[in-house]
Amino acid sequence: MKTPSLIHFTEKDYDHVYEPSEDTFLLLDALEEDAGLISELQPTLCLEVGSGSGCVTTFLGFLWPHAYYMASDINPHAAAATKKTGFHNGVPIDPVLSNFATGFGARLHKAVDILIFNPPYVVTPSSEVGSSGIEAAWAGGVDGREVLDQFIPHIEGLLSEKGLFYLVTVKENRPLEIMAHMKEVYGLYSKVVMTRRAGIEGLAIIRFSRVEH
Amino acid sequence: MLMCHVKGCATDNFPLRIEDAELEQVEVEFNEDFMRRMINKIEWGAFVQTAFALGVDQLPATVPENIDTEFLQRIHRVAMETKLKEGKMICNGCKHVYPVTDGIPNMLLQETEV
Repeated sequence: MKTPSLIHFTEKDYDHVYEPSEDTFLLLDALEEDAGLISELQPTLCLEVGSGSGCVTTFLGFLWPHAYYMASDINPHAAAATKKTGFHNGVPIDPVLSNFATGFGARLHKAVDILIFNPPYVVTPSSEVGSSGIEAAWAGGVDGREVLDQFIPHIEGLLSEKGLFYLVTVKENRPLEIMAHMKEVYGLYSKVVMTRRAGIEGLAIIRFSRVEH
Repeated sequence: MLMCHVKGCATDNFPLRIEDAELEQVEVEFNEDFMRRMINKIEWGAFVQTAFALGVDQLPATVPENIDTEFLQRIHRVAMETKLKEGKMICNGCKHVYPVTDGIPNMLLQETEV
């Protein structure tokens, strides 16, 4: 599958929006690896939290074009970029400027068939967490987990019965601990779909679901 | 997207009332299977109310029992092809105003409102 075209961005756009990098591409590869499963489940509603450039949701739209694509980002440049990337690649995406999925309230309760989050996972001082600028794309605070840990309590409530949740982690986030926690507290099964070493980052894409795949 | 984003208060907070709306028609490929699945995800009452308030369409108050292709095309036009480009979404409960700019609703709240 081709990678979404990003020629509508200039270098200057990447001053404000996270430029797709190794983590993004690993997530695309993992989605492609799961293309069979995704088509089988026939997802209707997809939501990417922290959609940045919009590259990932657009790619999902290439793999499975028969869904409604929503995205959220806390950074206004990113929300606009997501819409633009979708548009230029023929995938209609409706982004919302929002913190996680809070802007949707209870409307998305158990409604999301594919949920994606590539969180700011880099270990940084806690003080760097919480901006709405480009730092929000990577600054993860202690263990790179501070932003993810805020979102974790909302995941199970968003996922539909057949829903899949894709998460990007690095080894500093202690992915095995996240997987155990999600099973113990929320009853979600998980599987590491793909791993890759990129420079100092030990990346893993984990897929969570209510049923075991 | 003419459905639903809400946050903030406990009563009368959905659907948001839309004011100063500037709508935009976009072209999205119609897919019957998808629309049939999508209809189940729509809060029908709120959807009908919003579509009517914006003068987009007058849809039946309940989903018809036999949904034909023509009806799905009609829903497709409202839900997928009619976009709120500019405007304000106002909560009837707490009166909070969420601006919509260039098709993107701003649902962020001030720290005091969270």
